[in-house]
Amino acid sequence: MGSVSPITLPQSETKTKSHAASGQQKSKFRKYLPLYLSILPYFVIFLVFSLVPIIFSLYLAFQRWDGIGKMTFVGFNNFTYALTDPLFGTAILNTFEVWIMSTVPMLFLALAMAFLLNQRKRSKFLYQVCFFLPNITSIVAVTLIFNSFFGVQYGLFNAVLTALHLPAVQWFSDFWAMKWMLAMVVMWRWIGYNGLVYMAGLQSIPTDFYEAARLDGANTFNIFFRITIPLLRPVILFTVISSTIGGLTLFTEPKILFNGAAGQSIPGGIGSQGLTMSLYQYYESFTTFHFGYGAAVSWVIFFILVIFTLLNWKLVQRGEN
Amino acid sequence: MTDYGTRTQRIITHIILLLFLLISVIPFYWMIVMATNTTNDIYHVPPILFIGNQLWANFSKVLQNIDFLRNFGNTLLVSTIITVLVLFFCSLAGFTFAKFEFPGRNILFVILLGTMIIPTASSLVASFVIMADFHWIGTFLPLIVPGMVTAFGIFWIRQYSISAIHSDLIDAGRLDGCGHLRLYWSVALPALRPALGFLGAITFINAWNDFLWPLIVLNDAKTYTLQVALAQLNGVYNTDYSMVMAGTLMATLPLIIIFFFGARQFIANISAGALKF
Repeated sequence: MGSVSPITLPQSETKTKSHAASGQQKSKFRKYLPLYLSILPYFVIFLVFSLVPIIFSLYLAFQRWDGIGKMTFVGFNNFTYALTDPLFGTAILNTFEVWIMSTVPMLFLALAMAFLLNQRKRSKFLYQVCFFLPNITSIVAVTLIFNSFFGVQYGLFNAVLTALHLPAVQWFSDFWAMKWMLAMVVMWRWIGYNGLVYMAGLQSIPTDFYEAARLDGANTFNIFFRITIPLLRPVILFTVISSTIGGLTLFTEPKILFNGAAGQSIPGGIGSQGLTMSLYQYYESFTTFHFGYGAAVSWVIFFILVIFTLLNWKLVQRGEN
Repeated sequence: MTDYGTRTQRIITHIILLLFLLISVIPFYWMIVMATNTTNDIYHVPPILFIGNQLWANFSKVLQNIDFLRNFGNTLLVSTIITVLVLFFCSLAGFTFAKFEFPGRNILFVILLGTMIIPTASSLVASFVIMADFHWIGTFLPLIVPGMVTAFGIFWIRQYSISAIHSDLIDAGRLDGCGHLRLYWSVALPALRPALGFLGAITFINAWNDFLWPLIVLNDAKTYTLQVALAQLNGVYNTDYSMVMAGTLMATLPLIIIFFFGARQFIANISAGALKF
């Protein structure tokens, strides 16, 4: 403790230095603080309501927990169970079937709609408004409207079929009818939206390209496939990716159409043929309260989603060559 | 395209477009037909195809089944609060990202864009448990707080701010001794009005139409939003279609009216949004 003064000296020196620095820092601090505060809310919200749940969800996926009692670590049991549960298998299969049945016709029809509308000389506005109307209507409302169309005895569709002397369709019990029903609801709500997106893409293509092609003697068919489609590729990619994410997380439509018919304990209508992955996850998490298992299922769904999105991305990109 | 084809081609184009138009509109018409006739009229063979005068009778049946006015009020309240908060927080952050230099700005913006691809649906259970720990279940907070500022909104406003707000005005304001909030309020907000209109509309519509998350976190019929309440109308047996459609019509009408008011701008922005991607 004899060397007090040699230590004090540099200390006081640093003190003045740090004081000057902190003064500078203070003005910088004062300058930047409002800026950081302006962007802070998003990052706080993201941290608390997105990142923390994701990490917690990963933890939960390895536990057995009913939400009230004690958690038990069960290793990969939840995942093994998910991947071997035939009901989840049915849900995955149904989801993909409905996704293909809805997305493929939907995007083709939307493209045709945009191509034709773009050829129209006069105002397109009224068409655009009407085409977009289904999309601002809630999925619940759209599904309820279609639910009445599908009524087996008194629904509009079967009334039309009967009038045409065709057999009525058992919409709520036939294997494929149940899927077409879901596909139709999805298509009706999204054709117009995708059509408008394609149309924006079409309008961004310079008319010179078309004129040059016409001069070279190309017909409409050639122009569509050789010029329009390739130049539209980024927009097509956008619609394919959003349809993949939307289609593979289909929930509201089957939840309402097959709303626990006849007090059954398994959701998704007769034979669970209308059960989707998201509905299965919801059922396992919030009806039977298998929280750990529900979390594991959501991770499986997430991986399926990521893989398929990437696959679609590659597919659309590869078409470029 | 400058070449609009022959006359027959034009007519065929027109017919197909009209067909698309009919497919888009007929379900709405049918909803109105059902909502304004009795269920017996609908069950009639052949069914009635015109608008009737039973709307009030059907709607009063809705009122017997669900507390429609309360659900409507809940939805209006929640959607309005979310929209106001989103507009404020997103425009403040978007403006700041677009017009100011500060250490870490670019990396923070890239992180923000990165967070957009993380799906919230994959942590539904965990989010619910966290809300339960906060004692927020059964209140509107789980609907409002996580949705009060969005990455898309910030991105949207930032892109718009870059060209819409003149840096000269900001510099002039600063020389006059304006603080950040003052600059935001007097310089940024007036210039951002068109972008805010679209962001507000899309936020309101999404909040109004949300179903899955409210279904999970609202456990009392008193707090139900319209979509959750509407889903309850759809009984298992003997569904009274006219009653369900009357409720659906009343729940959908406000959005359709809002949409018609801003349709031109709305459609232009939807298209622009997809192209920016």
